[in-house]
Parts: sequence; C-alpha cells; structure tokens
Amino acid sequence: MDGNAPDFAAASRAALADPQLRGNFRRAMDGLMSKRAAQFADAGEWTGVRALAASVRLRALSKLPELLEKLEETCTRNGITVHWAATTDEANAIALDILHRVDAKLVVKGKSMVTEEMHLNAVLEKDGIEVLESDLGEYIVQLDGTMPSHIIMPAIHLNTKQIAHLFKRKIKDAESREDAAYLTDLARRVLRAKFQAADVGMSGVNAAVAETGTLCLIENEGNGRMCTTVPPVHIAFMGLEKVVEKLEDVPPVISLLPRSATGQPITTYVNMISGPRKDGEKDGPREVHLVILDNGRSSIYADPELRDTLRCIRCGACMNHCPVYTKVGGHAYEAPYPGPIGKILVPQIEGLAKRGAMPHACTMCNACVEICPVKIPIVEIMGRLRVEAVKPGGAVKDGGAKASRTEAMVWSGWAAMNASPTAYRVATLAMSKLGNAAPSSLPLLKEWTNVRTKPRFAGRTLHDLARAKGVPDV
Amino acid sequence: MSAIPKPTRVYYFGTCLVDLFFPDAGMAGIELLQSQGLTVVFPQGQSCCGQPAYNSGYRADALKVARAQLELFPGDDPIVVPSGSCAGMMKKHWPDLFRGEPDEAKAVQVAARVWELTQFLVHVLDVQLTDKGEPVRVTWHASCHAQREMGVVEEPKALLRQLANVELVELKREKECCGFGGTFAVRHPEISAAMVGDKVADIEGTGAARVVSGDCGCLLNISGALEAGAKAARGQHIAQFLKERIHGR
Repeated sequence: MDGNAPDFAAASRAALADPQLRGNFRRAMDGLMSKRAAQFADAGEWTGVRALAASVRLRALSKLPELLEKLEETCTRNGITVHWAATTDEANAIALDILHRVDAKLVVKGKSMVTEEMHLNAVLEKDGIEVLESDLGEYIVQLDGTMPSHIIMPAIHLNTKQIAHLFKRKIKDAESREDAAYLTDLARRVLRAKFQAADVGMSGVNAAVAETGTLCLIENEGNGRMCTTVPPVHIAFMGLEKVVEKLEDVPPVISLLPRSATGQPITTYVNMISGPRKDGEKDGPREVHLVILDNGRSSIYADPELRDTLRCIRCGACMNHCPVYTKVGGHAYEAPYPGPIGKILVPQIEGLAKRGAMPHACTMCNACVEICPVKIPIVEIMGRLRVEAVKPGGAVKDGGAKASRTEAMVWSGWAAMNASPTAYRVATLAMSKLGNAAPSSLPLLKEWTNVRTKPRFAGRTLHDLARAKGVPDV
Repeated sequence: MSAIPKPTRVYYFGTCLVDLFFPDAGMAGIELLQSQGLTVVFPQGQSCCGQPAYNSGYRADALKVARAQLELFPGDDPIVVPSGSCAGMMKKHWPDLFRGEPDEAKAVQVAARVWELTQFLVHVLDVQLTDKGEPVRVTWHASCHAQREMGVVEEPKALLRQLANVELVELKREKECCGFGGTFAVRHPEISAAMVGDKVADIEGTGAARVVSGDCGCLLNISGALEAGAKAARGQHIAQFLKERIHGR
C-alpha cells in the first residue's frame, strides 16, 4: 500500500466494528431501497423513463465539446461569467480571486460534490474566509469535522441521538434534546443569520442547459436557494459533464434523480438560474459565476468505454443498493464519491497509484447496474480499471501501478493449469486427494475460515463421476 | 427468454467449483437432463470458464483458458451449465473477451448456445416434477450473476413450487449478494464476513431447513458460514435437491 493511499481495508474494518454505524446504514439503506422500489413499481414506466434519461445523457456526451462552447456563449449572454478550470487547484484559485475581489469574509454554500472534490472548504479556511455548509446534512458533517458519507444524504451515518449530542457540543445555547424538529429548528436559526450576513453564496449544478444558459439546481430544504439568491455574489461549480443540450432534457434528469435517490417523486425546490439580477429586479445576486471543472474528465471523455462514467447524475442510488457500501458506509472509502460510482470515478480522477485498490472493493454483484437510472455499465468499467491497474500503457492515469510479479505468476500458473486438459486432470486429482489436508492457517484459507468452515474437496471430481457413469464425452 | 425447440442432445459444462467441491450436484444436473430423454455430453477436456482471471484484471490469462474450451462444443447443441455465474461468463463476457481475436466468431457462436440449468429445465424442457420427498421448508438464494447476467429469477422458484411437499419461503433480501465475489472474499474478508452474516440471519429468519442455490461459489460461502455458526439450515445445489425430491430421498 502506498504511503499516501487511503487504506479501504483498514477503514472498513473500523466501520464494521461499529455496531451503531452498521445499524444506521442497514436501516437507512433498507428504507431507501424500498422507497425507490415504490417509485418504480411500474416496470414499463421505469424502462421508458430510464431509456429517455440515458439517451439525454448519451446525446449530451456525444457532443460535449460543442455543448460546452454553446453553454459558455448562452451563459455569457445571460450575464453569467464563465470560468474554466483544468485542475482543482485552478478552480480553487478562481474561487479565491472572486472572493478577494469582493473582499468576502463569509461564504454560505449549498451542497456541491465538486467543491468536495476540490477540498474548497479547507482552501477557504486557510485563507481566513469562513465557509458555512447550508444543506442540513452538510452542516452536520461540517460541525462534526468529517466529510459526507453519501453524496445525497451526507449525514446518513448519524442518528438523531448522535446529532443531538453534536449540536449540544458545538452550538451555543443548544438544549440537549433528541428531537428532530427541535434540532432542525436550531440549525435553521443558525443558518438564517449566516445567509443574511454572507458575502458570497456557492452552489453546485445538477444540469446546465446549453441551449438557454440555465443552471438547474434541485434540493429539498430551500437552503440552496438561499445561497443562490440572498448573497450579492453567487458562484456555481460544475464538472464539465453536467451540461445537457436543451431545456426539455432537464425534466427526465430531475425526475429520475430524486426518485432514484430518496424515493421522492420530485424535490421540494427546483431552481432554474438564468443570470444575475437585472435592472429593475428587486432581488437576486449582482454577480453570477460558473466554474466548469475538468479535473481528469476530458481524458475520461476521450476513451469510448470509460466515457459512460460521465453519464452519472449523482443520485446515489448505486450506493443505496450496494451491499458493500451498506456494510461499511461512505467514510470507509475516504473519497469525495463513495460506493460503486466512486469506485469507477475516483480512480480515474486521482489515478491508479493512489486508488487502484478501489475497484476491487466490490463483489461485482451488479446491483448498482440494475438500478442506475442512466444505465452506466459500472461493473464493466470496474473490470476495465482492474485490468489497467495491473497493465501499464492504458488510458487511465498511473496504469500498471498495482502490477505485481507474484500475482501475475499466480494467474499465469492458473491459466497453464486450466488451458491444458492433462495439467487440469493432474492438478484436480491432486487437489481432490490432498486438498483437504491443507491447514486452515494458510494465508488465504485463514481469511476464509474466520467465519466459515474449510471448503471440502470431494474425493472424486465430476470428470471422474461422469466417466465412471459412462456419460459420453463427445 | 427465447426458447428453442427441445433438442435430443446437449453439452454439459460442469464448472471448476462443481468439479472439485460439488461433483454430486454436477452429476445430479446431468441425470435431470437424462431423465428428460436427452443425451448429455460431458467433454472431458473442459476445465474453467476463465472468470476468476477475467474479474481480477488478467484478461490474457482468462482468454487462454476460455480458448481451451472453445473446440469442446462443436455443432449447434445447447450448452447447459449448473451455475448462473459461469453461464453468465460464457454467455455475456466471452464475446467481449474474444473481441478482435481470430476465433471471435466461434466464441460468439458458443456463447449464444449457453443456458443456465434451471432456465433450460423450465423454458426448453418444460419439466414437470413429481415430489416423492418428506415435507420440508426451504428458501432460495439467488446468485447475483444468475439473476442479473442470465436473467434467472423465477425459474428456480417455479421448479421448487412444483414440489408438493416443499414449502418455499422467500428471503427478505433475496437479491442481496452473499459476499462471495470470487477473490473478494479473501481480499476483503471482514466485509465478506459481514455480508454472509446478514445472509445467514436472513436464512435463519425463514425457518428453512435448507437454502437451495444454483451457484457453487455462493454455496461454498453460505454453507461454510452456516456450518461455522452451528446453524440448523444447510445449503444445497438445486440440481441435487431436485434429484433427491423426485427420487424420494
């Protein structure tokens, strides 16, 4: 394991040892799965809307460069200032430039995964700028000094009791009450004061419409809208894949997203931002900026197989349905995007030297593929990343970083045995006769037998039985 | 499911796990097919579908092993596999594995003839089973690849429901992976243990004496955990279970 590489195995062990955490996730994910299932009870409707949303995303990706140019043009025409960032450092520098120019002291931020990817909060804090997460879940996580454990429900790992304790410790005059209504009200009071005082509001983007220069942002709390309308300056951040071609492409995306994510038919707030306050208008920000981040996405885009990664609409349904994620929770991944989509997106963004182990944290059960509303072949891409992790010269950054001569020899030996009927016969005969004598303390067997009995080799193989029973072989 | 006319002859691909750990289940599958009047051919040259290396990122090694199977199934006869996972590898992934190779067309032709055992019993043979066994309560474990790669969901349950003395109680989380995942079980033993732990609890909740499955990877995992945990339920491959029921033991 590299010195700087996150250690998923160790982090997941810690998560598994925490019964409270496991209980929180199991309950939450079971609930989300059944709510989603209720939304898509009609298989025909699901098939149709899913095909439509997938085609919207595919069409957008098929002409991505053209649509991004168009988006810049229409946004600019609407009075939105468009910035391009090749790296997260560049994106952070763009944000800091704007903040310095308006002499910002306080920033309120709506949920944005891209700014998690940029570690923007840390950059701002280092610069002496206060940044407050305004989405309730994000606010809780920020108070707790951790990171989101889910892309839609950042504080899903905590229950009411834990949040009550956190608020009591961190918020002045908080009462010790394990009461969701009280806690929400408490957070609202803190946040309202900050919205009024903030110099800049920041948000993400769920879909950016090239045709009209409209930034779409969906949310449940209205706090996102506070961020985009109350402060005098609004900065929106998006990965370059978030563009869609036309306004009519938006409804399928924003209909499938909450239904897939939380099982809601629609979110409470659908914001369509089409520019700063115009002359004569009474509210809205004076300036609107859009920061479009690449951070490795253009090289994902360049490979026709990997490109499907960029279809993602960030609904998090793959996490909710992933049996691995459900067991360990999002923090174990130590990545801005956890779960199945994280296992394919993060290694492509950050490289296989750091993240080459991530695609292996998966049983390839395909539950994520089954429910992905835009039909991303997650498991196929995972397989491709497993290949590139051990084979230099591929399309993904740091290809071959996980190459191991020992592992290669094991597979080569395995192939030699299975590619020759004679070798196979000798090897299986030996295993059938001697395999059961292998001590449970052998490395791989030891891991297996921690919770299971040792697999027992049958005395005779199926090959033997079939031959003995006269089953023809040609 | 595009059913085909009932053939007189089929090939049987036993899979390496069946070969080594569950040969009786493998034989039971052959006998079920024979009992429907079919000639079953078991090519002795067969070994493995190549999935372990394929999923581990060693595609060249997987190709070498898959290629060694290609010539064993000449003609047009269907190839029946008592494993959803290996059937899925052959049917869905062989065409990808052989893409651009000189024998790609052959691989595609072979892949198209692959059937998972219960799928074949139901859709092609339309078997009618007579139960001669004692009353028993069982539950069904669906392997991930059987359900999501081969589309086998209802077939095994339909077969179990044909048995008059078998009470089938479905798992609460039937679709959830048992945590085997090939090398996953040893790469991430703690997570795998937690997953099979949830599966075992679900099985216990049904009160079933047996958990029946069509995949030996899952069975190694689940049966091993049931035994290690001294649970009452036992795992069994569906072929062997069906064979026992129709023979009355």
